[in-house]
Amino acid sequence: MSNEAILQKPADAVVTHGDHREGNGHSEHHHKETFISKYVFSMDHKMIAKQFLITGIIWAIIGGLFSVLFRLQLGYPNDSFPILETLLGKWAKGGKIQPEFYYALVTMHGTVLVFFVLTAGLSGTFANFLIPLQIGARDMASPFMNMLSYWFFWAASVVMISSLFVETGPASGGWTSYPPLSALGGASEGSKTGMDLWLISMALFVVSSLLGGLNYISTILNMRTKGMSMTRVPLTIWALFFTAVLGVLSFPVLLSGFILLLFDRHGGTSFYLSDIYLASTQQALPNEGGSAILYQHLFWFLGHPEVYIILLPAMGMVSEIMSVNSRKPIFGYMAMIGSLFAITILAFLVWAHHMFVSGLNPFLGSVFVLLTLLIAVPSAIKVFNWLTTLWRGNIRFTPAMLFSIGFVSLFISGGLTGIFLGNSTLDIHLHDTYFVVAHFHIVMGVASFFGLFAGVYHWFPKMYGRYLNNTMAYLHFWVTLIGAYLIFWPMHYEGLAGMPRRYMDFSQWVSFNQFGDLNRFISIVSIIVFAVQLLFVFNFFYSIFKGRRVTTSNPWDSNTLEWTTPIRPGHGNWPGEIPEVHRWPYDYGKDGREFIPQTEPVGAQETAH
Amino acid sequence: MSTFFLIAIFLLGFLVTFQIAKASEYVGILKGEKKNFEQNNRINGFLLLAFLVFGLLGVYWCNEALKGRILGEAASEHGQNIDRMLYITIAVTGVVFVITQILLFWFAFKYQYKETRKVYFFSHDNKLELIWTVVPAIALSVLVGFGLYYWLGITGDAPKGALEVEITGKQFAWIYRYPGDDKIFGKKYYKNISDAEDNSLGILWDDKSSQDDIVNEQAMYLVKNRPVKLIIGARDVIHDVGLSHFRMKMDAVPGTPTTMWFTPLYTTKEMKKMTNNPDFVYEISCDQMCGKGHFSMKGLIEVVTQEEYDLWMARQKPKYLAVFPDKDPANAKKDSTVATAAAVDTLKMAASK
Repeated sequence: MSNEAILQKPADAVVTHGDHREGNGHSEHHHKETFISKYVFSMDHKMIAKQFLITGIIWAIIGGLFSVLFRLQLGYPNDSFPILETLLGKWAKGGKIQPEFYYALVTMHGTVLVFFVLTAGLSGTFANFLIPLQIGARDMASPFMNMLSYWFFWAASVVMISSLFVETGPASGGWTSYPPLSALGGASEGSKTGMDLWLISMALFVVSSLLGGLNYISTILNMRTKGMSMTRVPLTIWALFFTAVLGVLSFPVLLSGFILLLFDRHGGTSFYLSDIYLASTQQALPNEGGSAILYQHLFWFLGHPEVYIILLPAMGMVSEIMSVNSRKPIFGYMAMIGSLFAITILAFLVWAHHMFVSGLNPFLGSVFVLLTLLIAVPSAIKVFNWLTTLWRGNIRFTPAMLFSIGFVSLFISGGLTGIFLGNSTLDIHLHDTYFVVAHFHIVMGVASFFGLFAGVYHWFPKMYGRYLNNTMAYLHFWVTLIGAYLIFWPMHYEGLAGMPRRYMDFSQWVSFNQFGDLNRFISIVSIIVFAVQLLFVFNFFYSIFKGRRVTTSNPWDSNTLEWTTPIRPGHGNWPGEIPEVHRWPYDYGKDGREFIPQTEPVGAQETAH
Repeated sequence: MSTFFLIAIFLLGFLVTFQIAKASEYVGILKGEKKNFEQNNRINGFLLLAFLVFGLLGVYWCNEALKGRILGEAASEHGQNIDRMLYITIAVTGVVFVITQILLFWFAFKYQYKETRKVYFFSHDNKLELIWTVVPAIALSVLVGFGLYYWLGITGDAPKGALEVEITGKQFAWIYRYPGDDKIFGKKYYKNISDAEDNSLGILWDDKSSQDDIVNEQAMYLVKNRPVKLIIGARDVIHDVGLSHFRMKMDAVPGTPTTMWFTPLYTTKEMKKMTNNPDFVYEISCDQMCGKGHFSMKGLIEVVTQEEYDLWMARQKPKYLAVFPDKDPANAKKDSTVATAAAVDTLKMAASK
């Protein structure tokens, strides 16, 4: 359905459209909705958001399970687990995970969580869900492209899943897939069919992400309701906007890198290959003159912005949720936008800090040190603004708010270790050690997950018209927060000892075998944390059907537009006219009033914020 | 059996949690939404404060427990600079960490919901925002300054007279080459690599300067207090020469040679004493994902005194002579082998002390 069609429709036709339980909306419609068009090939942004979310949840379970498997190996390198052989067959011969499979697990864990969960699952979900609802639009600029965006993601998922089942195993060269290792089947089993499927899947994923991103940008720029100037949109929208810009400008570069890699694999070209002798075939390859470093530039030109693609939506949602639940305006709205903008620009100028020890020219390295550490300034502004938002508020600890506070805590911890790694002098020692693992898991992995959880707990009532169970939510929060610190904090020490990442067994190393008991401890905690995530998943699906019903259209007493829609909005979001906006979204606690929705005109006596 | 037991426990835990969660939801409804909310809020506010206190204690405790396991004193001059930089960064970020975490959880606790509390409508303050833009910028400039000062020193040219050693990574081992008496590495070309013909580096034997090159796959010998410049390459995929005790690291990229230099400060024997670990060795860990044997791609470095090094060097035979035994003068005269054997014994005795 095109947006114009919805806009021209009589107001009452859309009222109960979205609620299949009430069962009376269907017959009145000018178009028929079947199960297929409503739940499968849906063009309703809210349904597409839910599709992204649920697919993301499934991927998160798979990706998390991979980490449990390799944590078993890391925690118990000398034990065998017969159950693994039952489940995995030849990949866990004798109950011990085989090296090829270990590296496949690590690779898939990274790929799945970075791209499928924290990119598609996070910004796919919330950009789709929140953009039209919060800016006051009936749907995305192009609902059809939006639908395609999900289905390309779905196709990417299918190809990635199928790569798990090929004879030679899935890709196993790390989520970064550096050639020559990823280019040469002779160098690793995972670089055979598995790598081709990985590349195809990632190409489909890039298409999905571009279709989505272009849609988000054009919707935000063109389809805001009357009065919704860019300085009145919630910070979630600003964050999602910059996220989309980052994605649109950087994903194509990644795709070009992948295409060159495919050429090297199958076309006999030498973009990345030079001077290679393979022991497995006892042969020198004909390729000369290529540069393996070229791939790293192309990869990290996306790879670093990708970190912010993951992080910015979380920042936006946390800003919104913190303000709502502190009952107080977000501090420094313009500074928050400015810092998002600064982060977006700088995100494109720091990629080579992943390559300080790749043989990069040291002078070039020093330029990247400067630009990288510069990013800490807008990040610091954000942290201090969040802290000031809490100051003298009246804070409600909803699960969403707790996860937002947890996000800030993790963002501080992980952000500060970025100052270590961005400094090339320290990176020489810390590069590719557990220090890096700890850093990016805290700041990008767990923190973004906290943003995701905050978003789910906060907007679940809008998505499904029901609440999640609070007790399970609190348990989920506390175990995850404590667990995340227990898992990743000690890893910094392993990194300071130079313990390399992507090792499946340290027992043969004099320099690193002192951490055996610590690794076991980390493994046990991560299994517990994983189990609690399953509790969340259970809570999620259970509450969709059986959760406490939402009885008021604005359960959090929030100012933004999504809470002016009916409890279960239909396709088109507002049954009548789209409301007009008269103020910014953060008038909480102003002039003695608890909250003033954006739709309320500014009073004659009212002071401007 | 124990696996099933564990799974059963997990499932049971799940079921119990779910029942409690469900029950507490009903209790909450009975108690009234407002009262229930206030109670939950108090509990979580208290837990946030407890998390702060126990978290900071935990950070201290973790440091006490683990600081002894990180590698001890850096064994190279660069490494000592890197450690210095590390302490500066820990000091700066540590202060920020403690302050911001305390503020975060303290504010959350202090300003938790109270029915009577009036919030302070505070939307922006240019002066405050300027302060926390400028202060971090200054702090970071200091860190960048120190960092670049050390970085340019570490990545600058190696001093003249540095020992030169070539190190080449292959799946999953390291090959070391010394230039021999002429101090020039012979030319090599990767298409000449042949494991069958015992030419693991593809050395061009026609090149005169290659004929005294020494190739070894057991260990790299370095001299205490003498700068060493490593010329780093790879045969198949990207590897990385990771020297955690020297705090140094550099990728080994096929087709693109890289270099790195440093000055070892302690011999292996001295490190055994300093670390109280009789098994201590300097290990080269491959720090770039290179395939299924990545985790076992280990190289060894022996740091010795100049005398020990000379002795070791004296008993090394150029690779050329091993590949072409008929060119070896030693095969003509028997007594030189005896001399080498004697040298080996001396070295063994030195090593065993």
